Amino acid sequence: MNSGIDLQGSFIQSLKELGLPADLAKALWIPLPLFLMIIGATVGVLVSVWLERKISAAAQQRIGPEYAGPLGVLQPVADGLKLVFKEDVIPAKADKWLFTLGPVIVVIPVFVSYLIVPFGQNLVITDLNVGIFLWITLSSVTPIGLLMAGYASNNKYSLLGGLRAAAQSISYEIPLALSVLAIAMMSNSLSTIDIVEQQSGLGILGWNIWRQPLGFLIFWIAALAECERLPFDLPEAEEELVAGYQTEYAGMKFGLFYVGSYVNLVLSALVFAILYLGGWEFPIPLEGLASWLGVSETTSWLQVITASLGITMTLLKAYFLVFIAILLRWTLPRVRIDQLLNLGWKFLLPVSLVNLLVTAALKLTFPVAFGG
Amino acid sequence: MNLAAGVQIVSFVILAGMMLGAALGVVLLSNIVYSAFLLGLVFISISGLYILLNADFVAAAQVLIYVGAVNVLILFAIMLVNKQEEFYTIPKRWIRQGATGLVCVGIFALLGTMILITPWSKATTLPFSVVENTIIEIGKHFFSDFLLPFELASVLLLMAMVGAIIIARRDFIPESMARQETISTPLTLPERPRELASSTASED
Repeated sequence: MNSGIDLQGSFIQSLKELGLPADLAKALWIPLPLFLMIIGATVGVLVSVWLERKISAAAQQRIGPEYAGPLGVLQPVADGLKLVFKEDVIPAKADKWLFTLGPVIVVIPVFVSYLIVPFGQNLVITDLNVGIFLWITLSSVTPIGLLMAGYASNNKYSLLGGLRAAAQSISYEIPLALSVLAIAMMSNSLSTIDIVEQQSGLGILGWNIWRQPLGFLIFWIAALAECERLPFDLPEAEEELVAGYQTEYAGMKFGLFYVGSYVNLVLSALVFAILYLGGWEFPIPLEGLASWLGVSETTSWLQVITASLGITMTLLKAYFLVFIAILLRWTLPRVRIDQLLNLGWKFLLPVSLVNLLVTAALKLTFPVAFGG
Repeated sequence: MNLAAGVQIVSFVILAGMMLGAALGVVLLSNIVYSAFLLGLVFISISGLYILLNADFVAAAQVLIYVGAVNVLILFAIMLVNKQEEFYTIPKRWIRQGATGLVCVGIFALLGTMILITPWSKATTLPFSVVENTIIEIGKHFFSDFLLPFELASVLLLMAMVGAIIIARRDFIPESMARQETISTPLTLPERPRELASSTASED
């Protein structure tokens, strides 16, 4: 267990050496990770929009965006600019305040959830005790924004879409939380850092995906439903509801919903990577390799390499999951609303309870393998 | 006063003001949908106060349970019910209002006395240890000195769950109980007639 790179400490130290008081140095540090988080999340959205367009095109034997930048990588930027410059229409009989506030409430919790995503031992904005619980908590706020948007649009399709979105996200939150609980039970902590630490040491063999074969499937299904990705995109099912709660939205307000859904997708993929795929861990245990080669853990170049490798591994795992989500979108048909709710309440909920029970039993029987 | 203390005081004032304003809005606004949304704001401000008190788990649980579940359910109920009802005066309505007032004053008096008789000065003078991991401390208390309330709460939740399943599966309840409820006395609440409830429940 080494301290690794401490960016905050060295930043504050260097400012102090310049002659600034300690409080001011700390206050100057505070906005930096926040901006980094917002920029990182936005770039993540741009990348996943581009991936979505390209992979969808490949799945349908098209080429997809091609002219904006090399391989069309600037296409999402063009999309975003278009949305910014479009007229911001508020329907005449809509409720102006709630109509504006709805998308904001949908987007903010998703961005705040990035607080707990670790990219390395010290590469996390805050290492909270409640960690992963904060993510579940914040994702439960989103339905309020959806209901608000649906109600304020003064349109029956919007209202139905909002109600469907809220019903769906309440139903799938429970299996999601129960499968996270099984992980928390094995790692004796809710902190995301501890969850990854508990999977480290054995490389790919130590990842939770082997210990929770049922849990990771439940988590993935529930996470797709929370993100309203295609097998479960009932709230905006275009054949039935035009565009659900987004029907009346245009311009950047629609853009906020769009950004929010993609940020949520990337975030869910990141959380999946942390919980089940060992977070920033390399498939081969790097610490063991370093000690076998005779390099000390505290060597600075080794720490830089492990940190950058950690960020790369986390992003690779997350974008692999995004890729799977996009493939699922073009592979599976949409479920009906009654099938969706039946699956959530009558199948996933009992199965995740059984998973929790089995995990508890295994933890008592084999404390070595299941984190006693 | 250093930076941290200043930030704490400013955020306390903002949160308290937000909470009181939103709570007044819940009571005073005539549009019930606004009231429901403002209720969510009240809950979020309370969770902010919990964070100021270093109770991170309680704050998160507050948002999850009250905003994510209770408030969404309230909104759901408001938006699904589209019932136009005739307003007619109930004889002796003042009994109902008086009973409500009595309960509210009673709760206010109880909480007020609790605040007044609690020795707050002890909390600031005692060298209280900073709790490193709140979840572990909460768990220890649940299974030692707060065992009975904890178990009682879980039994209560189990009862509520069994009740919900029974109500959802109408076939457990004999249909002969159906009868028309009329509002006659000030102490009966308006209820949906039974046969209407059973016909909507059997649709899903």
